[in-house]
Amino acid sequence: MIETHAITVTVNGVAGRHTVEDRLLLSDFLRGTLGLTGTHVGCEQGVCGACTVLLDGVSVRSCLTLAVQADGALVDTVEGLGEMDALSPLQELFRTYHALQCGFCTPGFLMTCVDLLRTRPLASETELREAMSGNLCRCTGCTNIVRALAAAVAARGPLKVPAP
Amino acid sequence: MASRTPGTRRTGIAMKPAPFRYHLATDLPDALSALAEPDAKLLAGGQSLMPMANFRLLRPSVLIDINRVAGLGALAQQPGGIRIGALSRHATIETAALIARAHPILSHAMTHVAHPTIRNRGTIGGSLAHNDPAAEWPMLVLLLDGALTLASRRGARVVAARDFLTGPLATALAQDEMVIAIDLPDSPPGTGWGFAEIARRHGDFALAAVGVTLRAKDGCIADPRIALTGVGDTALRAGAAEAILNGQRPDAVVVAAAIAAIRDVLHPMTDLHASAAYRRHLAGVLAARAIRDAWRRAGGEA
Ligand SMILES: Cc1cc2nc3c(=O)[nH]c(=O)nc-3n(C[C@H](O)[C@H](O)[C@H](O)COP(=O)(O)OP(=O)(O)OC[C@H]3O[C@@H](n4cnc5c(N)ncnc54)[C@H](O)[C@@H]3O)c2cc1C
Ligand code: FES
Ligand code: FES
Repeated sequence: MIETHAITVTVNGVAGRHTVEDRLLLSDFLRGTLGLTGTHVGCEQGVCGACTVLLDGVSVRSCLTLAVQADGALVDTVEGLGEMDALSPLQELFRTYHALQCGFCTPGFLMTCVDLLRTRPLASETELREAMSGNLCRCTGCTNIVRALAAAVAARGPLKVPAP
Repeated sequence: MASRTPGTRRTGIAMKPAPFRYHLATDLPDALSALAEPDAKLLAGGQSLMPMANFRLLRPSVLIDINRVAGLGALAQQPGGIRIGALSRHATIETAALIARAHPILSHAMTHVAHPTIRNRGTIGGSLAHNDPAAEWPMLVLLLDGALTLASRRGARVVAARDFLTGPLATALAQDEMVIAIDLPDSPPGTGWGFAEIARRHGDFALAAVGVTLRAKDGCIADPRIALTGVGDTALRAGAAEAILNGQRPDAVVVAAAIAAIRDVLHPMTDLHASAAYRRHLAGVLAARAIRDAWRRAGGEA
């Protein structure tokens, strides 16, 4: 028997109500049900990072999240960052630093970086590289992605991390 | 294969996991009664379960989502130790002030558990229940003499980490039992710690990792604890090496004897990533580093 649930989920600011099969992955919901194919699917086992989206503002693997788990939540995908003719500052930096070639990994890197820039000091190149270690890129060799993120860190200024 | 006209959209969406029923647990009793069903599985962070479900290596009848069970992710200081709720995320442990104060080795070790996005979801309870032979949590809880509180509809019981971790991907959990909290006794004041890990890429599962805590007393080591992961069926304590270090100055001869005792008891695997011989060698090198760092942090003289 096919089990379903009705969910209400706000994707890139737009709320919608959908009936989803219990076993539907959030990645397939975004791509298949909503047609938001900016979220890419590479490995479906959490390793490549291409499917990374924000769930209530926190980066998660959409291939390891069920669509029903997003009930009542805010989901942000790469489509919410900028438009083709009005890229977000982070996307502009990726372009400036040639941080992409084929672009398959890029949505995942961007959404991961949005979270990292909000929550982590990223004070050294080591910290920056370790923070991005969960995303794979087969084209760029990653150096230019590190440069783009470093530029974004510089533009952001030091993060005000609350004292413990 | 069915032909598909170019430009038409498939109407169906591919389903990766086999069918299951999703149950959102409202509270602990609700989760425990749902868990009494045959082939029911708890869904915590999903960072180990969902890959297996996507591959259909796991076909639960019911997935019980415990992510919204209130209080299950709480951290608390209690008399004599801290209590970590089973749903505490790796990312929370990494940054919590309470953890940094009580067991700084945990704050540091978390930076080796996968990557920030995985740590946002992955939980201590899920890691311990999964008990991957190369995971950090089983080793850390073993090192710190932790105990797990397990609950089922039949009641609750407390199991020491050393009795909980029974083998590769195997634990003392019964099918209808759930980890609800982990208790870690406070370490004595002046305890120093060391943690050393090698993985192919930062955040990958460890080829070998070692955790050490000890104190410096009158120029000698007191209360040494050494635990390892990635080098056997499951995480283990190096009891013989601990006995060699206890009451001794950590000079080259003593450390070499402890390292030899560690290498003696290991049965590492050969796999794609490293040979058994390499893992055994690595375990010794990492243990020496962790002992040195723990001694330095304990204020022992060089
Ligand atoms: C790319 C990648 C890299 C990773 N690298 C590492 C690494 O380097 N080190 C490491 O340690 N881990 C690593 N992990 C695994 C990660 O730490 C997982 O979070 C963890 O192993 C499982 O925790 P979870 O909360 O996600 O559990 P889930 O995946 O939700 O569950 C895992 C198992 O535990 C059971 N379970 C969950 N919670 C409970 C509970 N409270 N009581 C009883 N049973 C329960 C589930 O039913 C399931 O069988 C990695 C994962 C990925 C995807
Ligand atoms: S598709 Fe989700 S991590 Fe690769
Ligand atoms: S740009 Fe091609 S995979 Fe990264």
